[in-house]
Amino acid sequence: METLFMAEPFIQLRDIRKSFGSHLVLDGVNLSIYEGEITAIIGKSGGGKSVLLKHVIGLIKPDSGEILVRGKPLREFTRDEWREFKRSLSYMFQSNALFDSMTVYENIALPLVERGGFTRKEIDGKVHSRLEQFELIDVEDKYPSQISGGMQKRVALARALVTEPKMILFDEPTTGLDPLRKNAVLNMIAHYQKAIGFTAVVVSHDIPDIFFISNRVAIIDNKRIPFQGTPVELEQSDNEIVWEFIHGQESLQDQLTGLCSWEELERDIKKALETVEDRGAPFCLLLLQVDSLEKIREQVGYIAAQRIFQCVGMALKDAIGPGKAARCETEGVLALLPGVNRDRAAMILQEIIADCNDSRIMDPSTYPKVCVDFEIKASVKEVDRRVRFQELISQLHDELNTVMKMECRPRGGRE
Amino acid sequence: MNPETQKIKQKFNPLDFCAWWGRVFLKLISELGAIALFALHGFILIFTAPLQIRKIVQQVYFIGVKSVLIISLIGLFTGMVLGLQGYYTLVKFGSEGLLGAAVALSLIRELGPVLTALMVIGRAGSSMAAEIGIMRISEQIDALDTMDINPMKFLVAPRIAASIIVFPLLTALFDVIGILGGYLTGVVQLGINSGIYFNRMYDSVVLEDVTGGFYKALAFAVVVSVVCCFQGYFTHMRSGGFGAKGVSYATTSAVVISSVTVLIVDYVLTSFLL
Repeated sequence: METLFMAEPFIQLRDIRKSFGSHLVLDGVNLSIYEGEITAIIGKSGGGKSVLLKHVIGLIKPDSGEILVRGKPLREFTRDEWREFKRSLSYMFQSNALFDSMTVYENIALPLVERGGFTRKEIDGKVHSRLEQFELIDVEDKYPSQISGGMQKRVALARALVTEPKMILFDEPTTGLDPLRKNAVLNMIAHYQKAIGFTAVVVSHDIPDIFFISNRVAIIDNKRIPFQGTPVELEQSDNEIVWEFIHGQESLQDQLTGLCSWEELERDIKKALETVEDRGAPFCLLLLQVDSLEKIREQVGYIAAQRIFQCVGMALKDAIGPGKAARCETEGVLALLPGVNRDRAAMILQEIIADCNDSRIMDPSTYPKVCVDFEIKASVKEVDRRVRFQELISQLHDELNTVMKMECRPRGGRE
Repeated sequence: MNPETQKIKQKFNPLDFCAWWGRVFLKLISELGAIALFALHGFILIFTAPLQIRKIVQQVYFIGVKSVLIISLIGLFTGMVLGLQGYYTLVKFGSEGLLGAAVALSLIRELGPVLTALMVIGRAGSSMAAEIGIMRISEQIDALDTMDINPMKFLVAPRIAASIIVFPLLTALFDVIGILGGYLTGVVQLGINSGIYFNRMYDSVVLEDVTGGFYKALAFAVVVSVVCCFQGYFTHMRSGGFGAKGVSYATTSAVVISSVTVLIVDYVLTSFLL
């Protein structure tokens, strides 16, 4: 793989700028696509991913910048070269772009029929092999409007593959598919890429699934590509935008739980410390930690683990209000209690315990098949301004005491 | 001067008014140029290999065969009305014997080509604009492009070719049925001699009248197909609306512009032919 990365890119986008009217969509985008690899482009919705992809196939012309194919600028291509290049590409549209007045069969056969060079029998053979492959044989005579969205997606995929192109551009190929079909499509892209060796560019939102099949990942953000590299490089990157994309799911869960980000909390701590210092008021920190959360995630399930964490977060939010707590490492929640002394903090903790005890997460019957014992620990510390914040956190961890315990009954599964 | 009056005064600045007209005029010129290039491109693609006989036949069926009933009906009633109106006008001068000639000349020279074109605009032209417009907004035209299928050749050229084939034929049908309509009112209903009706027609109509009518039909075929396809093809470039609204605007524009253009072209051609 490393040798491939050293090779000349198959397609190179250099300093591409594109705007529609006054709306700038791409501002100096650079991207390299290597032959025989799957390149994933990820980014926020409306971030210009599809626009970028359409530049490669010539559907959109850049305002400035250059697109090179094997080192030769596209604008220097002769008509025949351009035609040959275009015939070696396939594009799968986000909206599928199926011809609604043609049947499924006719849609898949269209590129073969119109390009010519095939007998009727050959076309029939190629189309039927795709129909079988994508489990579309029962709907070959139906029109796109008569089949489900997932099926339409598969028809579009079949049409993109029927010409056996050297490069396929997939614009969100799994959007609108159920998880099983989504995995099947990603698996199919990876499988055929290995079997046929085509170059693929996949625009996708399926994080992290898309990383498993990609050789390279490019992130498009704020009209540019701030990162492109292998999935491992992506995972190990310190880039803030990369982090946001990788941990996007976690952030969403935290937002749903009413937790703010760690950066926001650090900012709030500084502000709260200043205010409290001025007024000489007390200031407490409260740390809640679900022990064995990782074990619950592995043995009971991801959703159960998330529910337990969510419940703790919600109880905290009810007791102290939103935006004053953030996830601390993976299993804990740190809350700021400005203007609250230790006794009041202890009362708040009691409220949280009562809330959690009332919830179903502490009831073993919530976990009918697999149940794992777990504890919720807590510690409260009044802020001493002479002690550094990191030290305070480590002291809080040292002083954690069990405040709640969920024990499974003997029938409760593995534990 | 209060601010409101000042605002109104600013609104009617003659320079702005001239600039506005300038913009409109430039836009019109640029649009006409675009349509002319579009027509030329579409026309050339009819004859480039591979010839799209199957698609042309399909369009002939859609634009032509499916319009036969409506054209026949309109032709019949137009002829009947001409027969009635013509008879009561001519009878005042004692010239009711000229009814056949009057009906035939009106139909062959003017009403046949014009009304046929207007009917086809309503039935097939609007559908051309809407179909191509929907294909544009649902990225089907882009999909053709990515498959290295020329969308102009695939969508526009067969429609222009089919219109060129179909318009003169429909016009001929309209003329014949219209003449029969005039016969029904003039001869059957009002009692003009059948021989006189046809004999006068035979004496008055010359080949130039018929060929002139067909030239008009050919010109209308190009105008209607090009304008309707153009409106649909560039639906996404309209500033008025996007999506379904854009297609609706495109269809309306296609019908209005092609109808008006047919009447303008009719006047111009008549001036040359007479």
